[in-house]
Amino acid sequence: MEKEKILQEEKMNFFESKKGIIFAGAVVGIVSLILVALGNPKNMGFCIACFERDIAGALGFHRAEIVQYIRPEIIGLILGAFITAFAGKEFQSKGGSSPITRFFLGIAVMVGALMFLGCPLRMVLRIGGGDLNAIVGLVGFVAGIGVGIIFLNKGFTLKRNYKTSNFDGYVMPITAVGLFILLMAAPAFIFFSKEGPGSQHAPIVIALICGLIVGALAQKTRLCMVGGLRDQIMFKQNHLLLGFVAIIVVTAIGNIVLGSFKLGFTEQPVAHTDGVWNFLGMALVGWGSVLLGGCPLRQLILSGEGNSDSAVTVFGMIVGAAIVHNFALASSGKGPTANGQIAVIICLVFLIVVSLANSDLMKKNS
Amino acid sequence: MRIDTCGTSCPQPVLMTKKELDKNSNTNEIEVLTDNNTSKTNVKKFLLSKGFNIEIIEDNDIFVIRGIK
Repeated sequence: MEKEKILQEEKMNFFESKKGIIFAGAVVGIVSLILVALGNPKNMGFCIACFERDIAGALGFHRAEIVQYIRPEIIGLILGAFITAFAGKEFQSKGGSSPITRFFLGIAVMVGALMFLGCPLRMVLRIGGGDLNAIVGLVGFVAGIGVGIIFLNKGFTLKRNYKTSNFDGYVMPITAVGLFILLMAAPAFIFFSKEGPGSQHAPIVIALICGLIVGALAQKTRLCMVGGLRDQIMFKQNHLLLGFVAIIVVTAIGNIVLGSFKLGFTEQPVAHTDGVWNFLGMALVGWGSVLLGGCPLRQLILSGEGNSDSAVTVFGMIVGAAIVHNFALASSGKGPTANGQIAVIICLVFLIVVSLANSDLMKKNS
Repeated sequence: MRIDTCGTSCPQPVLMTKKELDKNSNTNEIEVLTDNNTSKTNVKKFLLSKGFNIEIIEDNDIFVIRGIK
């Protein structure tokens, strides 16, 4: 009896259902295609890492002139998640689960993402565009998630969070509004690319609305690129993975219809063909994201829900992007840089240390 | 059996529940405490998949997910 009651309740909550997550994935795919059609770089309807990097550039944290722009999509994602979380009584100010470790994990994830040239969401969009380098990235991503899961099974945890002051949760949404004001006011100290990927963008209002829609849907459905593969491997639950697959299917169909589907390794937009470093870059992202509990998209969404640990992670990624460009670590269409390769190795070592130090393997000794 | 997962976020609560169930495979009754909606749903789904009937009680921002076989 009781079980039937619950099952009925599940049917009623669309966003918790498989249809809900597939719907969310499909919308993300369609919205991404729209953003590219209206001006975003190819296969980059959304890229959390790239867009945070552009914001870091716009604020002058790095001076790579081709990647500087305050991306309204990021603002929309945070505010969309904030609005639905608030309306759904899911907004909670929380934090205190190893924040400084999360900050540095955010930096490491950014180093990996800019080695590959995309966050997990853009990896999915690149696959949907026929970019086979992203398949290599996906293999690395799965490998990284697998390593992270080994440590989760060995008791890895960044420890619990706590309720924080009510205001704490509002800081990130307010910051998003502040960024929007800077974008609209465009004072002289904010940098906007005149050429390159940073200059390619959809109109501000449309990009903002697209961000709001995806932010709201991702908050309701918990869409997460890392969570999908993690839950499939750990618990044999394919729920979140369905969203991941839906994005690929919809963008692939959309790109074929629009004539922008191009299968192959070479001459893919904002991508390089170095398989080893595509693999290692995404392995770093996958592993780091498992330790953080979610992909870069999910971190943004959680930061809108009042989670200050995720907000700290987002700022870690923004600082990470500045480091990546200031130290010449970022890959380009030509391939990875030597500095970037060294940085990825250092970050992988850092992940080993964090994984060991926070799992049962070390705790038993101490 | 009662597992307190408050403060932890996914996948920890499901993982903690799974570990306890693996240790005590004959359990017919289990209570999992969580303080966030995402984990509530995930633990609920996990226990349903393990054949439990579920009842959820909300008490002061804390959800008690009770599973009975």
